[in-house]
Amino acid sequence: MALLEIRDVVKRFGDFTAVNHVSLAVEAGEFFTLLGPSGCGKTTLLRMLAGFERPDSGEIVLDGINVANVPPEKRPVHTVFQNYALFPHMTVAQNIAFPLKMAGVPQAQIAGRVDELLEDVRLQEFAKRYPHELSGGQRQRVAIARALVNRPKLLLLDEPLSALDAKLREQMQIELITLQKEVGITFVYVTHDQGEALALSHRIAVMNKGHVEQLDAPEHIYSYPKSRFVADFIGQCNLLEATVSELGPERMTLEIAGVGLCHVQPVAGAQVGQKGCLALRPEKIKLGATLPADDSDEVHFKGKVHDCLYLGDVTIYIVELDNGMLVETMLPNSAPGRAKFFDDNDLVELAWRYDAGHFILG
Amino acid sequence: MSKPVYGIGGRFAKWLISAPPLVYLLVFFALPALIMVFAAFRFPGDYGGLLPLVETDPETGKQTVLITLDTWRDYLTFENFGRFFEDSIYIELFLKSFWYAGLTTLICLILAYPLSWLIARSHKKTRDLLVLLVILPFWSNFLIRVYAWMIILGPQSYFSQAVNGVLGVFGIEPVSLLFSEFAVIVGLVYVHLPFMVLPLYANLEKHDMSLLDAAQDLGANAWQRFWRVTWPLSLPGVWAGVALVFIPALGMFAIPDLLGGTNSMMIGNLIKQQYLDSRDWPFGSVLSIMLTLSVLLLALVAAWAGSRGKKKD
Ligand SMILES: Nc1ncnc2c1ncn2[C@@H]1O[C@H](COP(=O)(O)OP(=O)(O)OP(=O)(O)O)[C@@H](O)[C@H]1O
Ligand SMILES: [Mg+2]
Repeated sequence: MALLEIRDVVKRFGDFTAVNHVSLAVEAGEFFTLLGPSGCGKTTLLRMLAGFERPDSGEIVLDGINVANVPPEKRPVHTVFQNYALFPHMTVAQNIAFPLKMAGVPQAQIAGRVDELLEDVRLQEFAKRYPHELSGGQRQRVAIARALVNRPKLLLLDEPLSALDAKLREQMQIELITLQKEVGITFVYVTHDQGEALALSHRIAVMNKGHVEQLDAPEHIYSYPKSRFVADFIGQCNLLEATVSELGPERMTLEIAGVGLCHVQPVAGAQVGQKGCLALRPEKIKLGATLPADDSDEVHFKGKVHDCLYLGDVTIYIVELDNGMLVETMLPNSAPGRAKFFDDNDLVELAWRYDAGHFILG
Repeated sequence: MSKPVYGIGGRFAKWLISAPPLVYLLVFFALPALIMVFAAFRFPGDYGGLLPLVETDPETGKQTVLITLDTWRDYLTFENFGRFFEDSIYIELFLKSFWYAGLTTLICLILAYPLSWLIARSHKKTRDLLVLLVILPFWSNFLIRVYAWMIILGPQSYFSQAVNGVLGVFGIEPVSLLFSEFAVIVGLVYVHLPFMVLPLYANLEKHDMSLLDAAQDLGANAWQRFWRVTWPLSLPGVWAGVALVFIPALGMFAIPDLLGGTNSMMIGNLIKQQYLDSRDWPFGSVLSIMLTLSVLLLALVAAWAGSRGKKKD
């Protein structure tokens, strides 16, 4: 049985529904992420898990117990707050010892346990410092150590890295993954940063307007987005408007208006004449002056370079197809001394395999 | 190149701004305090005040300085301080005044803390109204407010009659609420309460509520959240309030005068008596100095205890 089960939970503020019939299950030891744009209800859902908000309906079952009426201080769930919420009048060591004291752990055991955690987050030399004497990243680590010290069943993290600069964030992401493996505690992580979600999580629930749009492993979310929202929200994605023109067991044919036909993997429930869009990641598209047409699995289209963005490691080329549709592609600048392959208005050819994209109905 | 000019201008401006308050403090605070200290070592005059150090010839108007290297023993003395320690009555009065002021401070703190907390937690609009209500009494005269308490505690008041009615049920003789230690404490608490509420409110209002969420999340119950988070973070406000209540309460003379009985005199009354009734300025000065010194001593002990407590934790 899953460690945490959220069953059909609804939370309203007045007549605004912040969390709308959410059901999901989190397994023990999992790094689970709630990902979604600002205001989609991530924090509200997290606060219900912590006990600060009560669901209007639905159940939250933790380790087989419905915790709906259990106050936050009695739940085996700890939170790492976005602003860290470290106690300013306590040293780092005292902050970390706080949950142990509250739990009535004997004084003799506290010091040892605090030292262990200080070591885990590499803050041994900072034990006697006060929070205002620490850097952002160090405060972050204290907050995590404090929340982990008496081994909660569930650790909730609400955008814990959002206050850090890009470099430090990346470093902390690696530390978080290592730490989670080490302690083996289940993490429920909230973020609106899709890169962070993909990098950290075992599974991601993509939320939109209070409900879960898709729940999957990162590679599935990325490769097989179930809706336009997910495709658009996660990474860069071309959404090419298309109509189903022929069905088949291995592949189906789409017509991209004014451009031509192309094949994709069949989608359950698709019918001839149905509209939808082909979700195609830029890096899955081949680009060249001319491309050999020796693979029957590929489709080829001609176009011209509309814009290019040099990003250092790669260059993004926006290619205009015959019907005026813009398609984003990219090429790695891996050849030495090479900055760009094409310039604006160069004539180019695009190609992609039938299984490079993914058809989204509707 | 322009920097030194700015520097001089800046320094000059700094002096210009701080000069008036500095002069004010020197003339109206430091100087009188020095005069008082000097007075404590002099003899009382024949008709009160101080024994003059300079004699003026009534006819010629010529002034002679009486105090010289040979005669200074006739004009300066430690005797006034000796008098303070000779009779235990003064020390007892000091201790009683400290007890009154301490009790007043404690009651003010107990009343003001929840009140300040409530104000700090209430809605912005209500908050402003409540703060206004706290300072509203300052809009009327201090003495009038104390007279009002004389009426409230007086034998004819409904309050007195209600209290004595209840006491009567238990077979206890009627008591006079007015002119008692009880009335003095009530008056002291009433007058000083805003001085406890305001610094506490100013402190509690700034508290970060997410700390309480964090504490609760980490397993602290309501009492632990107060005792481990709110209380220690409010200590600066508590200390400010304690100082603002304790020190003025210690020197208060009007309230014991008006509301107190014969045995609820405080140091303030004694000092006033020495200066105004007995016209014994040197001893009045000695009492004032002892009061100041004892408050200083108390503050030092408190600061020392505070720093020790911090280290131990
Ligand atoms: N206490 C509240 N009263 C009324 N509305 C609220 C309350 N808390 C949240 N909301 C609303 O519920 C919605 C979801 O809020 P929530 O804080 O869960 O968003 P979020 O996904 O965490 O967004 P962000 O990424 O910006 O933190 C928002 O539209 C917000 O305005
Ligand atoms: Mg949020």
